[in-house]
Amino acid sequence: MSTVTQNAQTQGTSVQDTPTQTHGEVIAPIKWKMPVTYALVALLNLYFLISASGIAKFSFMRSKADRIQIPIWEVSAKAVAAVALVAVVLVCVWAVLRAVKRRPVGVLPAVIVAFVTIFAMFAWFGGGSKGTVTLTAVLASALALSTPLIFGSLSGVVSEHVGIVNIAIEGQLLIGAFAGVLVASIAKTVWAGLVVAPLAGALIGALLAFFCVNYNVDNIIVGVVLNVFALGLTTFFFSSTMTENPKLNDSTYHLSNIKIPLLSDIPIIGPVLFNQTALTYIMYVVLVVLTIYLYRSRWGLRMRACGEHPHAADTVGIDVRKTRWHNVLLSGALAGLGGAYFTIGASVGHSFNENMSAGNGYIALAAMILGKWHPLGALGASLMFGFAKAVAILVPSLSANAPSQIINMIPYIVTILAVAGFVGISRPPASENIPYTKG
Amino acid sequence: MSEKTNSHWYRFLSSSFLVYVLAVVIALALGAILILIVGGNVINAYAAMFKGAIFNYDAKTVAKMFAPLTKTIFFAVPLIIAGLALGIGFRAGLFNIGGTGQVLMGAVAAAWVGIFLDLPFILHLLLALVAAIAAGAIWGWIPGILKAKTGANEVIVTIMMNTISTLFLAFILTKDYWHRPGSSDPRSPTIDENAQAISLLPNPFQMDTGIIVAIVAAVFMWWFLDRSTWGYQLRAVGANPNAAKTAGMNIGAITAMTMAVSGGLCGLAGGVQMTSTMKYLVSGVQATIGIDAITVALLGRNKPVGTIIAGLIFGAFKAGGSIMQIQAKVPVDMVLILQSVIVLLVAAPPLVRWLFHLPSPDGNARKYVTLQADKPAENDKTEATKVEPALAENDADGKEESR
Repeated sequence: MSTVTQNAQTQGTSVQDTPTQTHGEVIAPIKWKMPVTYALVALLNLYFLISASGIAKFSFMRSKADRIQIPIWEVSAKAVAAVALVAVVLVCVWAVLRAVKRRPVGVLPAVIVAFVTIFAMFAWFGGGSKGTVTLTAVLASALALSTPLIFGSLSGVVSEHVGIVNIAIEGQLLIGAFAGVLVASIAKTVWAGLVVAPLAGALIGALLAFFCVNYNVDNIIVGVVLNVFALGLTTFFFSSTMTENPKLNDSTYHLSNIKIPLLSDIPIIGPVLFNQTALTYIMYVVLVVLTIYLYRSRWGLRMRACGEHPHAADTVGIDVRKTRWHNVLLSGALAGLGGAYFTIGASVGHSFNENMSAGNGYIALAAMILGKWHPLGALGASLMFGFAKAVAILVPSLSANAPSQIINMIPYIVTILAVAGFVGISRPPASENIPYTKG
Repeated sequence: MSEKTNSHWYRFLSSSFLVYVLAVVIALALGAILILIVGGNVINAYAAMFKGAIFNYDAKTVAKMFAPLTKTIFFAVPLIIAGLALGIGFRAGLFNIGGTGQVLMGAVAAAWVGIFLDLPFILHLLLALVAAIAAGAIWGWIPGILKAKTGANEVIVTIMMNTISTLFLAFILTKDYWHRPGSSDPRSPTIDENAQAISLLPNPFQMDTGIIVAIVAAVFMWWFLDRSTWGYQLRAVGANPNAAKTAGMNIGAITAMTMAVSGGLCGLAGGVQMTSTMKYLVSGVQATIGIDAITVALLGRNKPVGTIIAGLIFGAFKAGGSIMQIQAKVPVDMVLILQSVIVLLVAAPPLVRWLFHLPSPDGNARKYVTLQADKPAENDKTEATKVEPALAENDADGKEESR
């Protein structure tokens, strides 16, 4: 999962590297960043190898009902760690050779290193444990846990490309979750909730647009304050109306997993990708449509123009304020729909609870930046966060003393490293958070 | 300017003070609507809030009548300290959303000193607060130095640091080292008596040394921003980074220093939270101080006195809100709504003026509301063409360094 982002990362560095070689006689300095990183990962794998013990059991099925049955794979934890160590050391040597030649290290090594290290970690935790490493189930829950993050980060992509920083994603997720369960409980059908959740998110989006576009208030201020507003509003009604009348907060109405015939029978990836709720399938559609339309349509071009150079956009007759308004509303609706995941959108229904978005909106924002403002990058980064969460849930079942909080921390540290330029330059839309007034 | 614009009446109508008052009025009106929606009694609710926050006219003794006021101050203290912290960041143009994490780390540090060290009276409390400042300062310095060295956007880094610190707290609370003897609950023992804040007034008043800390912090902010070289440089960077750079200031060093000072004050708020309110470490010890402080700093216009007033207002809401919940059955969370509506309206004075048909200070000027307190008002209708490129250029340079 994290390999997707690492792809983008290594590409970033390689782009940086090439121009320095064209300066004729000036010799570019050797870039030790990647070799050193791989060496550190190799040390981690060495630690796994030394301390691993026992037999690890891997399961590649989501449930016993899967059509194609794969037996549980039992393997010595030490053997897995040894293979992983050899692979990482080889990659490290390759990286050193490339670095000395002043060549980019490439994408594939990073993918391999991430993959084998995660595998070695599973083997390390699973070795000698009674529990099974339920790999497919972890991937499936990672995708489910990522759903609100992906919606949130796509929401961020839409609003940032039009020049408005949407920190209110958190509040939009929260109010989407609230409105979703409320309306689903009243209408006694989950679909009504799924329609209203984006509308509620768009309402917060409208407030954001009203203050940012019409009154030129700093986007970040408005966003943070709107998060407080959404938290206050939802908790207020949760602890008054909903507590007095629990039927308004009913967890029985929720989406259930839909198996797509044939596709869901593909081993490993089938149950992960094609046995999810309708919300996840909507997410696939939004992702594809947004990726294409953002860069290949009139709407996308206009929107990016407003985010990059509103003056130029205005000059050719684009109504900057109107474009910003529309897209901020769309952005709010996307986040609101993602928020529905917390209550009615998952295969297990939840009743609304105080502050149930729990910072996911902020993580989605970080995922968008980690994904360099591109829908697919945002997807990859969101999946990384979701995967870490799923692993942190799995690991305690393997070994009671496992530091699941530390594992959960990894994506946040990766994000900090990423925004600190460790993985190449990422550039926000030029006119982000700059009010536009017609000259 | 015509004669009309110089009259006292006109000046009053166009003053920002009136905007603040009206913002509070609108927020309370909105709150009244919400109370009606959930079937409460507006007068009872607001009366309970007043009784809980300012003056309890139903109380039997005079002391009990005035006790709510001390409770308001008690609630306001951490808000004021953290509000000052974020205000310092805002003045330098830095958006420190990491209050949550810095408060938390400060509380953890204070708890560690309070639980595991054995020191005499006062000294123990002081050391706990110093440890809190140090922990918060380190936690704030990391995003600062990253922004200075690599241009990493402080908003994102501080958000990440918040989650990391929350996970860190959850992690240490799973360790026996932090548990009470013989218990495996995820909470620490109570901190040593000597490390707890000293009560200044007897019951029913609720006032301890925290208020002294808050006053010292406010004086420090005033001295730091208005009297020290660092503060001068900080304001210069906030007002115009390019000019500050041209004048030979080291923007990176000032950024890192500002974030460390801001984080240190947030840590102090966490230390006060630990030594006077919580007194033991548990998940969620940071409460919502970090986020509330943003609204306090914004309402206080990033100035010491303003921040104290804003902190007292929100402290009064909190103190009154909890009584309102008990007596009038209106959830205390209404306070969050009041808080956010007030800040939103104060951030957009033209909106309030338009709602009440008030004149604006200089003709049809519209203020660009930015993080800095002293950004000059730009007249967007007449000078937009001049202003916009300048602003864009300014920000583009800032953005190049950031992220």
